[in-house]
Amino acid sequence: MNTSKVQRVWKRPPLISNKLLRWSLWGGAAIYLSIALGTMDINWQRAAEGSSRGADFLGSFFPPDFSSRWDSIVDGILESLWMTVTSTVIGIILSVPVGLGAARNLSYKPVYYFCRGILAVSRTFPEVILAIFFVKLFGFGPFAGFLALSVGTIGFYGKLLAEDIEDMDPVQAEAIKATGAGWLQWLNYSVQPQVMPRMIGLGIYRLDINFRESAVVGIVGGGGIGATLLTSFDRYEFDSAAAILLIIIAFVMVMEYVSSYIRRWVQ
Amino acid sequence: MVASQKDNSKVWQRRTTLQQYSVWLSWLIGLSIFTYCWQLISDKTIWMFVMDATTQASDLAERMIPPKWSYMANLWEPVWDTINIATLGTAIALVFAVPVAFCAARNTTPSVYFVRPIALFVIVSSRSINSLIWALMLVTIIGPGVLAGTVAIGLRSIGFCAKLLYEAIEEIDPSQVEAITATGASKGQQLIYGIVPQILPAFAGISVFRWDINIRESTVLGLVGAGGIGLQLDASISTLAWTQVSLILLVILGTVIVSEWVSARIRHSII
Repeated sequence: MNTSKVQRVWKRPPLISNKLLRWSLWGGAAIYLSIALGTMDINWQRAAEGSSRGADFLGSFFPPDFSSRWDSIVDGILESLWMTVTSTVIGIILSVPVGLGAARNLSYKPVYYFCRGILAVSRTFPEVILAIFFVKLFGFGPFAGFLALSVGTIGFYGKLLAEDIEDMDPVQAEAIKATGAGWLQWLNYSVQPQVMPRMIGLGIYRLDINFRESAVVGIVGGGGIGATLLTSFDRYEFDSAAAILLIIIAFVMVMEYVSSYIRRWVQ
Repeated sequence: MVASQKDNSKVWQRRTTLQQYSVWLSWLIGLSIFTYCWQLISDKTIWMFVMDATTQASDLAERMIPPKWSYMANLWEPVWDTINIATLGTAIALVFAVPVAFCAARNTTPSVYFVRPIALFVIVSSRSINSLIWALMLVTIIGPGVLAGTVAIGLRSIGFCAKLLYEAIEEIDPSQVEAITATGASKGQQLIYGIVPQILPAFAGISVFRWDINIRESTVLGLVGAGGIGLQLDASISTLAWTQVSLILLVILGTVIVSEWVSARIRHSII
């Protein structure tokens, strides 16, 4: 009897099974990293100098000062909330026709490409860039921020709506059609009930995103809490800035909690 | 099924009367909140400026076309910087997100009552502050430039990556971990052989997804001085060089589309 045994050691299977691809990916990553770090032109001296002062800076954020600019903080938060609500509502209303047009199983080819184009363009540019242009066109204030957030909402919500409609169960849609329903009835009784639970959840999620973004459009003049934040940075009032940041975090936490609660309740 | 009597025949209804009323009531509440908010915004708006927006827009379009193609020579470097900010920022974020995610996941956290809340707080605070605001802070601390942008992107992405990753960890199949435990594996070996292989595809997907988002976000970081193509955009807008602005917007559009395509391809091949 042959007693020699074959030594076999088990190894975990790697994520990428092709050996060549795996090693070339690692190599490529290493080469890229060295080039990127080489060309990044980081002023380490400045960073080192700053880091000693950075502690002072961080120190000046504490303790957060809620009281001295409290009125403008309240103003800014309220403005952000108005912008959030209106832009989410208007954005969703506008995104419904676009989303319907961008669903492949619902619309004709030219309409489909047109609506997909709208979605692609409104999704590409960050809200901040949109806000810059709306501020130029419509003047400073929350209206420009509201428009920027609405356009962002159209891109986000329309795309997800279109994808959800494409994924729906065609059997139910056919059943409704077989009863002789008109197009609107068909939409209302077969498409809408299927996509509604998820879309309500996404709407609330977008409300959450819009509040976060409303803190940013203010930096370029679009109103809201971002304007207050920028002012306190420009005046070197870092303790007020810390207060504003804490308030933003608190609001976002509350909204996240509420939105997850509502989403669970809807589904 | 709900039905009402009408001329001795049953008519199908989608909702009971009470349900129908509550639906109408919630519409009414929603609509009044919206009108109230709209009123307040409208009060703060100078409508005269809004009215002449069409003339402004056509004026602006006239000044933006055609794009100044020769300016492209100055843009290659900022584009490269932008990509670096996004990529290295994502890398930094992943390094920190992995331990945070393992601390936040209910089934791997060392302590549900002590470590998990801290990890969740890290995730929420990183997620709720936009990268532009992180950059605004970091520019004052470590000075303007690419480094501030990279760190800002990193800080912002930790929360996002950690959140998705800890959800993936919580959804793993526990029977595989049990099987590894039954062989006598230590805690660390359970992690490496039982959990990591299950979340590796999700991890790769998350990192590519976030990289794609970061490309988009890093295009605007320059507005507050944190490097990348946003610097050129800001400079061109403040010097009213609109033909350069339109070229920069086209470049941003191109970069974002390419990165989206790349990330979609990679995620497609993983899943």
